Amino acid sequence: MQLFFPQLKDNPAAAIIAAFVVGAVLIALPFVVGQFGNAWVRALAFAALYVMLALGLNVVVGYAGLLDLGYIAFYAVGAYMYALLASPHLTDNFPALAAMFPDGFHNPIWLVIPLGAGLAALFGILLGAPVLKLRGDYLAIVTLGFGEIIRIFLVNLNEPYNITNGPQGITLIDPVTIAGVSFARPLDLGFVTLPSVYLYYYLFLVLAIASLIVCIRLQNSRLGRAWMAIREDDVAAKAMGINVRNVKLLAFALGATFGGVAGAMFSAFQGFVSPESFSLMESIIVLAMVVLGGLGHIPGVILGAVLLAVFPEVLRHTVVPVQEALFGTVIVEAEVLRMLIYGLALVAIMLYRPKGLWPAPEHGVGAGPRPAAG
Amino acid sequence: MDTFIQQVINGLVLGSLYSLIALGYTMVYGILNLINFAHGDVLMVGALTALTVILFLMANFPELPGWLLLILGTAVAIPVCIAVSLVIERVAYRPLRNAPRLAPLITAIGVSIVLQTLAMLIWGRNYMTFPELLPTDPIVIGGATITVTKLLVIALSALIMIGLMLLVNRSRLGRAMRATAENPRVAGLMGVNPNYVIALTFAIGAALAAVAGVMIAASYSVAHFHMGFMPGLKAFTAAVLGGIGNIPGAMIGGLLLGLIEALGAGYIGQLTGGVLGSHYQDVFAFIVLCAVLIFRPSGLLGERVADRA
Repeated sequence: MQLFFPQLKDNPAAAIIAAFVVGAVLIALPFVVGQFGNAWVRALAFAALYVMLALGLNVVVGYAGLLDLGYIAFYAVGAYMYALLASPHLTDNFPALAAMFPDGFHNPIWLVIPLGAGLAALFGILLGAPVLKLRGDYLAIVTLGFGEIIRIFLVNLNEPYNITNGPQGITLIDPVTIAGVSFARPLDLGFVTLPSVYLYYYLFLVLAIASLIVCIRLQNSRLGRAWMAIREDDVAAKAMGINVRNVKLLAFALGATFGGVAGAMFSAFQGFVSPESFSLMESIIVLAMVVLGGLGHIPGVILGAVLLAVFPEVLRHTVVPVQEALFGTVIVEAEVLRMLIYGLALVAIMLYRPKGLWPAPEHGVGAGPRPAAG
Repeated sequence: MDTFIQQVINGLVLGSLYSLIALGYTMVYGILNLINFAHGDVLMVGALTALTVILFLMANFPELPGWLLLILGTAVAIPVCIAVSLVIERVAYRPLRNAPRLAPLITAIGVSIVLQTLAMLIWGRNYMTFPELLPTDPIVIGGATITVTKLLVIALSALIMIGLMLLVNRSRLGRAMRATAENPRVAGLMGVNPNYVIALTFAIGAALAAVAGVMIAASYSVAHFHMGFMPGLKAFTAAVLGGIGNIPGAMIGGLLLGLIEALGAGYIGQLTGGVLGSHYQDVFAFIVLCAVLIFRPSGLLGERVADRA
């Protein structure tokens, strides 16, 4: 909590109370927002998912200072991995597999989440290893190319062996099931019935908070300090005895991990994945979240992710009716306007507030050394 | 053998286009050490502007010959692109000249999105057909065919590149450009106005991009708001391959990349026994990019080492 409100640092009791208040608000939020329709709860669930993604990208861009424009590829890896391991697609297309698993593939998330994390980390290392020697702007282009390659493979790997089902994508993906409770059906708790969207919101919230804790711990660790040292000056960091190559690889791998898990959750939530969801634009949206909120500052990144994730929903409910009222038809679609605003926001933020909406406090201003944990 | 010649011709056409676009990247990078991410979108603006002009003229003056339409379209597209590019430079890059490296790159991405979205609003999100303005009868060379448009692409690119080499190496302006690339501050002390030279570099790059955009649209008969992305990326690869910041390097890199792609796409089916098809064409550029950056980050002709502490 202190991380969000530095003034609470000397007052642990107030910090604990604040934590409880925030927790209660987050738990009650879907019931309040749900009054306006489940679409809003859905937007909240996505916001939690994007918080995970943005925190992951923040490790790479914010801490280690490596501009990664292909981050969504890790999301795609996680999503397709879950899709393949929890849908009838593989058993339908490969009779040998169908013979081995007569009931089809249905894997619990306890298996799938670590697998998704591990696989994404592996891809992170695969991408990181060849490009580590490169300076920032080269790195950006190579990662962008990597993201495109993954997408090209997803689109084309439907022949001669149908692995990804091409542009149509994979359908009939199992929903998340925890302890026999399927998230696809409303859960009756006796006093209240939770619709499927609410369940996913809570699940993603838990995962986002877990990511948050991991990030805070990373930031204050030896590794986190090493990343920031590299970001500021990698020659100096090397002179201080940091193994620049390994530490950069770890940034890629750990950043990718978050993307992989978020991807797996995305595909369970949607029940459907296709290459369309993993375009360059998605990478840029996640980057916009990190940059808008404040590069390298966790509260800022979370703010950015929530703002940009809920924003399209807000836009959809304002722009379309306003245009219909004014012109009779929809001239500028909400989706188009959103991209326009994101683009302008990226430029404006860099020009006028390069540290983001909620920047990290300056060293030595206001606060002494950071507490060990938030 | 016929396939080989055909793919070499295709590669040369593709390569000439990449070279033209790569020049825009490489000149800007040579002076500012900045990847002008929006360069591909300037190309798209050029192609769509020309298309609009051509369609307008065709509707109002149907008696005009095709080649004149093409020239008029390009003549309008070039100043439009230059204007767009200068505005981008002024608004998004100049204020950040002394900022950390990440900052102008991020604004460049923002500008790229804005341009694409605006183009989508103006021209719609559908593919637009670029009319066939030049004779479409194929010319047969040694068993392979080429259209007049594509022949023109190769010839015109070669001419433009020779002109550019002369401009940079022989003229007073070129000397100012080279001096600014070497060291903007000292060039300023020697009486060069760096801001003017930088703006001019963007303008030349934009003009080349406009020509390339029209030629891409004309040779593939299609234009849409997203058409600048892939050529932009490939051309950047070409610039890196040749040694970024190096003008002859961009030309050679572009041609080489075009040939690699065309031959790769032509033969990948045979080489892999039909497992991978020509739709993996786009992957080649990135493999080349990664390979160059790993083994020779300064590119084929670049003399500077990529890492400057």
